[in-house]
Amino acid sequence: MAGMGGGDQRVLGGRPEGVTSLHVDDELDTRSRIVVVGNGMAGARFVEEVLDRGGDEQFCLTVFGDEPHGNYNRIMLSPVLAGESDEDEIVLNSHDWYADNGVILRAGVRVERIDTAAKQVHADDGSVTPYDHLVLATGSYSWVPPMAGVRRDDGSLLPGVHGFRTIDETRAMLEATGRCRRAVVMGGGLLGLEAARALQGHGLQVELVHAMPWLMNAQLSREAGAILEKSVEQLGITVHLDVLATEVLGDEHVEGVVLKDGRRLDCDLLVVAAGVRPHTDVAVRSGLEVERAIVVDDQLRTDDPDVYAIGECAQHRGSVYGLVAPAWEHAKVLADVLTGTDPDAEYHGSRTATKLKVAGVDVAVMGVSTPERDDDEFLVISEPKRGVHLSVVIRDDKLVGATLLGDTRKVAFLTQAFDRGAPLPEERIRLLVDLSDGAEEVGVAEMPAGSQVCNCNGVSKGDICGAVADGCGSVGAVMDRTRAGKGCGSCKSLVKQIVEWAADGDVAEDPAASWYVPGIPLAKPALMAAIREQDLRSVSAVFAALAPGGTEDARSKMGLTSLLKLIWGADFVPQKDGEFINDRVHANIQRDGTFSVVPQMKGGVTTPAQLRRIADVAEKYEVPMVKVTGGQRIDLLGVRKEDLPAMWSDLGMPSGYAYGKSMRTVKTCVGSDFCRFGLDDSTQLGIDLETRFQGIESPAKIKMAVVGCPRNCAEAYVKDVGVVAVGAGRWEIYVGGAAGATVRKGDLLATVSSGQEVMTLTGRFLQYYRENANWLERTYDFVPRVGLEAIREVLDDEAACAELDAGIQRSIDAYTDPWGQDAAEPATPGQFRPALPLVALPQVPVR
Amino acid sequence: MGEGRAFVVAGVQVAVFRLRDGSLHATQAACPHAGGPLADGQTDVDVLVCPLHLYAYRWSDGGSSGPAGPLRLYPVRAVDGDLLVTA
Ligand SMILES: Cc1cc2nc3c(=O)[nH]c(=O)nc-3n(C[C@H](O)[C@H](O)[C@H](O)COP(=O)(O)OP(=O)(O)OC[C@H]3O[C@@H](n4cnc5c(N)ncnc54)[C@H](O)[C@@H]3O)c2cc1C
Ligand code: HEM
Ligand code: SF4
Ligand code: FES
Repeated sequence: MAGMGGGDQRVLGGRPEGVTSLHVDDELDTRSRIVVVGNGMAGARFVEEVLDRGGDEQFCLTVFGDEPHGNYNRIMLSPVLAGESDEDEIVLNSHDWYADNGVILRAGVRVERIDTAAKQVHADDGSVTPYDHLVLATGSYSWVPPMAGVRRDDGSLLPGVHGFRTIDETRAMLEATGRCRRAVVMGGGLLGLEAARALQGHGLQVELVHAMPWLMNAQLSREAGAILEKSVEQLGITVHLDVLATEVLGDEHVEGVVLKDGRRLDCDLLVVAAGVRPHTDVAVRSGLEVERAIVVDDQLRTDDPDVYAIGECAQHRGSVYGLVAPAWEHAKVLADVLTGTDPDAEYHGSRTATKLKVAGVDVAVMGVSTPERDDDEFLVISEPKRGVHLSVVIRDDKLVGATLLGDTRKVAFLTQAFDRGAPLPEERIRLLVDLSDGAEEVGVAEMPAGSQVCNCNGVSKGDICGAVADGCGSVGAVMDRTRAGKGCGSCKSLVKQIVEWAADGDVAEDPAASWYVPGIPLAKPALMAAIREQDLRSVSAVFAALAPGGTEDARSKMGLTSLLKLIWGADFVPQKDGEFINDRVHANIQRDGTFSVVPQMKGGVTTPAQLRRIADVAEKYEVPMVKVTGGQRIDLLGVRKEDLPAMWSDLGMPSGYAYGKSMRTVKTCVGSDFCRFGLDDSTQLGIDLETRFQGIESPAKIKMAVVGCPRNCAEAYVKDVGVVAVGAGRWEIYVGGAAGATVRKGDLLATVSSGQEVMTLTGRFLQYYRENANWLERTYDFVPRVGLEAIREVLDDEAACAELDAGIQRSIDAYTDPWGQDAAEPATPGQFRPALPLVALPQVPVR
Repeated sequence: MGEGRAFVVAGVQVAVFRLRDGSLHATQAACPHAGGPLADGQTDVDVLVCPLHLYAYRWSDGGSSGPAGPLRLYPVRAVDGDLLVTA
């Protein structure tokens, strides 16, 4: 069966099958040959740097890559694993890019050995490729510490055990998140923390095992590590420190790990992020000098004069780097040397300053983390409660190290002081905090032009300003030109600030950000105007008239359907394929493909007769679960699609719209009729509101409530529209409240003195929201965005109110109960056909 | 038009779609991500979007923008008013 095992074999940045590129016959090519081994961050950047220097005239370039993919941004695997980035977004150079630039890419081919005497590369496909200059950029691999049972007899890892280095490993882990419940991550460094956080975000229970006494021990002091540990534990990740894992359990698939102290941790996913080791096997086999990594001189040359090494596989002056910035510096220097742009270019080592976001915590580290000499100055600010730990080490009036955890506002200044040895303030504390009397924070305006903004790509403020001066009009254009923000991305907000400052506010926004739906390049007001002017009444008509090339876009259909209903009311021309499945069958799809049925129960008030009917229907259709919802009604869950129409007829109750981007329910409390505190008839007002606004579609769902006094039993303060009786016939109306993933108390829009006024004002607010909110923007985002004052102003404007009243009335008049309508006769012949005919539904146990 | 229907062909569940441009497509009926009912998804000329978690799969090669997939595609054509799906 497709779907299980294997995962995605798709080539990232690949080309459609059958496409090949021709290249000039080797015999006719007089250029000298550069062969690059390794198509990762360093290798591919080196190729770019050579091309940038016009090197394609001098050289014929061939790149071998073990991975079948184009070149992608390895750093961004963390957000891909977390589900925050799409894998297509991290492609740096696609296969087409190589072809277009005349570079021969041998993707999916592993180099086995180099014959340095004959100057030939031998690869695992049997090919032999001659070279004039050879560049090794083989990077590193995840190191798997020796543990009993971690490998099978054939040397492969036990299924369920993964490293974290490549896109294929990342895909395998992502695929596993769908099946696994408990993960153990080995390694409390950067990679382990990122993996733990990502898996935890997918709902797995995550335990982290670290062999050292504190987290990120290579970069952080013990105190800072302890504070990071607290932040990580607060995310819900359990941390085990200072303990080794000695054994991996499971025969066919990982079942757990055993720690040295005898404890056993059960898991069905094990991620090993216990460090990396440089890929040196090719170099060793070819007789090059290898210590911890391949030894190179200041021109990145190995002990063979025509063989070079760059990136993580290179060891320069005793240092092996594990970050991208040095790898990219290597690429530049070597390109200068080989192309002759600067034949004397030399690399003298990198001072690594890193700014990262680790497991959601901002971290910046440079130089040493603790004092090393007696007269080193050491300043620490520690606020464990806030998760903040800041420290600097100063030697001979120069900054030699800084650690910022949880608060990296001062990083710009510190990086500069560290890189360039800039003078330090007398009062050392100013290095870490802004004292209110003194010079304020180094804003972008005061930053010197030379200070580094993007550490990954070595881009300074001056470079960014230069790009703006050269006519780059948007943040994206500046990023494309300078590469700023294209590494780990942590500097993007600073880049944006600088671009805005340099362009004096004259910056083009990313146009797509303002579109109402992704497939039509118009913001909401323009889209609505065009629909009205051109009299477009169906989703396909909108695509035909307004989409580029008339192309329809699946992701835009639901939003357009909703907007057209809003504009045209009963004159809207429905098209089933324009609707999301919930709207097509008027029920809420569940994880197994069954549906849930929620009959309307206005104000949460029901009757014995209604309950009896619901009970009969639930029994007749063997509904696996009957549940009282949070919206004061009754949910019948696990219903087969084909049973829906018959159930609706048997129920004889209207739809409760529990599935739509629409007005869902009005909760009420028992109010003055029964409650001894009740100040007014909240129940009746709730029923009236639900009757008037039932089923009204909107950019996102709308939940309302009415309560009889400020004790707020039906939670009106946290609804999209909440109404609270305050006595003497007066009602307060709150808007923009929320009590979901976001919790927000609504803003008091107005206090009115009759139920009728509540109805009118609610209608106006709803219509204003429907006409002006972005697609899927709930009122709790909408109200703060446009501001309560702006809304009040509109509601004070009589002409505007008349239009709002007419607009909402149009939608109210268009209301029909979808259940009554489609139960009698399906809208299309296949409306209620099963979508998974062989699967016995429901798949949920009956309670 | 633009909607999908599921059928059982030789013991295999297949989802068949007629797009608005008139073209016919057939895919495995259950989403490779978490088994979502793809016949209930939404379509355009390029992709099919699963109703459960909104993964989009390309008609061209079954690949998706996310980690799941690829989706199995079946050749399908209309013969005298019947649909013919071949494995
Ligand atoms: C999840 C993750 C997050 C990271 N985050 C950051 C960060 O925030 N900041 C930062 O600075 N760095 C970060 N890094 C580190 C950064 O990715 C590396 O420093 C960088 O990729 C090193 O580049 P490289 O070219 O030396 O090695 P790689 O990018 O690993 O490239 C080496 C390539 O060579 C190929 N290869 C190896 N042997 C052979 C052979 N024999 N034949 C053919 N091909 C071969 C490999 O398959 C690989 O594609 C992160 C790394 C990971 C995995
Ligand atoms: C990159 C994007 C995404 C990834 C990697 C992802 C991954 C997952 C995984 C692994 C599960 C668990 C499935 C299972 O246990 O069977 C899941 C469940 C779920 N996802 Fe997603 N998802 C993504 C996007 C989304 C989006 C965009 C939505 C909503 C709009 C969403 C809504 C849900 C819901 C509601 C569940 C629970 C399903 C249920 O239990 O019925 N996901 N997702
Ligand atoms: S909100 Fe007030 S009136 Fe309503 S039930 Fe609670 S206490 Fe009674
Ligand atoms: S089941 Fe298809 S996207 Fe989740």
